[in-house]
Amino acid sequence: MKFLKFFLIVIILFPLSSVNAEENDKRNKITKNLRCLICQGQSVYDSDSEFANSLKIVVDKKLQEGLSEDQIYEYFKTKYGEWILYDPGLNKNTYILWLLPILIFLIGGAIIYKSFIVKK
Amino acid sequence: MKNKILPFSVIIIFGIIFFVFYKGLEDSKIYTPDVNTKKEIPVFNTEEFFSGENVKSSSIFELDKVYLLNIWSSWCVPCRQEHPFLMNLNLENKLNIIGMNYKDNLKNAENFLKELGNPYKEIFIDLDGTIAIEWGAYGVPESFLIYNNEIIKKYIGPLNQELVDEINLLIK
Repeated sequence: MKFLKFFLIVIILFPLSSVNAEENDKRNKITKNLRCLICQGQSVYDSDSEFANSLKIVVDKKLQEGLSEDQIYEYFKTKYGEWILYDPGLNKNTYILWLLPILIFLIGGAIIYKSFIVKK
Repeated sequence: MKNKILPFSVIIIFGIIFFVFYKGLEDSKIYTPDVNTKKEIPVFNTEEFFSGENVKSSSIFELDKVYLLNIWSSWCVPCRQEHPFLMNLNLENKLNIIGMNYKDNLKNAENFLKELGNPYKEIFIDLDGTIAIEWGAYGVPESFLIYNNEIIKKYIGPLNQELVDEINLLIK
């Protein structure tokens, strides 16, 4: 009888906890990519400010409503602008950020190729 | 020819890097929120401050009227400073001031209004700060000038005489 009870409890709790853990991971991932706008250099995840705490509640609510990660980012972007995201998309303000490393890599590669490999 | 490529590309790379950093110098390092964009006001359900009854945002904000939504709290010191300006604005009676009580203890909030006066036509409660997020607010105090269900201007931080004059100019 005891074993049956234990078995039942495990069956009831196990799927719930795994769902919760999954949701927690998602929530943590999202809040880590959101900038706490009133703090200095902290993500919403790291911060314990009033603003960040409210934002965490909103992220939870949106997840419960069934919104995807991208939809949640889009929602905050319309409210607070691109600045709230730590991982900015490619647009006219950020193209240098994205293209410069590639450009430098290509030019550097070309120089190395010319001066070392071709010379040999 | 081969010898010329190396210095030439080095100059170009440094040129690009210089340009990027120079451009970066011009940008403000302090985050400056966009305060002028016209945005629709959010839709939300909440509770009325005095009665505790449920209210819908659509019943608070009517078309064709000017509103000033003020986010305040009894624990917020700058709110105390801006309160006299709100009282004056209310006396002039050109706009309806709506209060959003932010993460507050209701008893303290009531005492705050008893002590300093109540300039608000209506007050609703934002207990967990999520409605403020819907509005795109950062904290307290913050004020939104609203006309035809659109946010015309956002004032972050306490109002002062200069800003009150600006509001009066805008709603003329």
